[in-house]
Amino acid sequence: MDINNLKNHALNIRRNIVQMVYDAQSGHPGGSLGCADILTYLYFEEMNVNKDNVASVNRDRFVLSKGHCSPALYAVLHEAGLLDEDLKTFRQINSKLQGHPNMNYVDGVDMSTGSLGQGISCGVGMAIANKLDKNGNRVYVLCGDGESEEGLVWEALMAACHYKLDDLCVIFDVNHLQIDGDVQDVIGPLPLLDKAKAFGANVTECDGHDFESIKKAFDLARNTKDVPTVIIANTVKGKGVSYMENNYAWHGAAPKEEEYKIAMEDLKEVR
Amino acid sequence: MAQETRNAYGEKLAELIQKDEKIVVLDADLTKSTKTIEAKKVCPERHFNAGIAECNMMGMAAGLAASGKTVFASSFAIFATGRAFEIIRNSICYPHLNVKVCATHAGLSVGEDGASHQSVEDVAIMRALPNMKVFVPCDQYETKALIEYVSKIDGPCYVRLGRGKVEDVYNENTVFDFSKVDVLRKGNGDVVLFAMGLMVQEALKAAEELDATVVNVSSLKPLDEEGILELLKGHKRAYALEEHNIIGGLFSAIAEVKAKSDIVTPLVPIGVNDTFGESGKAKDVLKKYGLTAEHILEVVKG
Repeated sequence: MDINNLKNHALNIRRNIVQMVYDAQSGHPGGSLGCADILTYLYFEEMNVNKDNVASVNRDRFVLSKGHCSPALYAVLHEAGLLDEDLKTFRQINSKLQGHPNMNYVDGVDMSTGSLGQGISCGVGMAIANKLDKNGNRVYVLCGDGESEEGLVWEALMAACHYKLDDLCVIFDVNHLQIDGDVQDVIGPLPLLDKAKAFGANVTECDGHDFESIKKAFDLARNTKDVPTVIIANTVKGKGVSYMENNYAWHGAAPKEEEYKIAMEDLKEVR
Repeated sequence: MAQETRNAYGEKLAELIQKDEKIVVLDADLTKSTKTIEAKKVCPERHFNAGIAECNMMGMAAGLAASGKTVFASSFAIFATGRAFEIIRNSICYPHLNVKVCATHAGLSVGEDGASHQSVEDVAIMRALPNMKVFVPCDQYETKALIEYVSKIDGPCYVRLGRGKVEDVYNENTVFDFSKVDVLRKGNGDVVLFAMGLMVQEALKAAEELDATVVNVSSLKPLDEEGILELLKGHKRAYALEEHNIIGGLFSAIAEVKAKSDIVTPLVPIGVNDTFGESGKAKDVLKKYGLTAEHILEVVKG
């Protein structure tokens, strides 16, 4: 693992996230910036996805259950050379880059998402398919902490544990914020670690912006047998853009010209 | 002979799962009722119980289908299509995934369990979904042929099945063409009875006295529009018979086709009149809510 290399990729991804949302004047920058390091690690270190196998289902798969963070997914696919659509078309008419990801339009999008809570269930189905086919592939699902308020998340985790899906890794992106404010003020889904543990999952925690810490968590997941792993990734919503960090106002708002300039200045170089 | 369409489903599924390695069956704690247990008996490794969690079952179905599997997912019609509607919409229909939602215990013929379990709106909500195909077989032979047919379609399908025994309309030698409506009896050109599900048998019972034409409409979507328009044109009065709310089901489907044409043949619904059902023996519930040959005769004769 070359950390500087990963940091450079993550910086490019963050710049593209801001650029896309600014160009479209629409989208979800906060959560996208917050999960950029996790996606960077997944696509550059963890998953066996490349140009030759991206159109196939016989590879590791990633489900962006928090589908509103599509800018992060499109930006990482672009950074990895797996995307053939211009990022400038994001959220525009006739684009493959829908506001929320569509698996029929983009080879690297492994599940159509957008309606919160459904991604882990889909991941469970994919993980069962891997077991049936004995192909050794793994499934990764990124789910928001706000999203964990959906009951379906827990139905899915129950099934994942029951069917001993050790090829499934669920990452909870815990940034403490949702549209209406602090997750604990809205309805109080935290703590997630104890809940996931109670369902029978292998649980671990990581700093979602520290590649060493992320690596440790994914290594543990890969080496765990007979149970799925749940990674609690602690992140900062809006990470990298000074005025967006930890501010829920940037969940689904696009920066204006001045704000865009500040954001690009903030993201000028690796810090 | 009389047989439950759900039994025919279980038997056919058991046959198909042994022939086709891509088939995976999901159920939500109702394996004995939906009859997917028959597939489990012969192929336990490709039958998964989601527990009482229909939404998760549909999400799992989507994930399996996204990995190349042909998935049959079963529960009672009300839970499969009602509880899990939005998962079917966003995770199955929107990405056009290969999932066959085969729901049993549809309609008032559920009987004793009452209104909470008697789906009268499933065809309406499944029909409204882009990419979804909707089928309602009327007997065991049509069910078996239909299950084989949908297993070969690439994409989401909804199949509506019943709890109770229904008389045979067809036989083991029948060759089905699901792209066309099926004229079971030609009448004198006065009355045409379009029917789906168990109302096909009731229509046939009523038809002799009326000398009516009887048409089985088992593919609600896609609908044989041409065939329906021909039949409307060739008759003075038309009736749509369904064990379903008259909003959104067979009557609506035919009315939508008719409204786009210049045909003026009157079309009258005979179905569940925008109401919930209730507990009772299936035959008593069907009688009370007007889903019988006797009621068809009353309505048609005025």
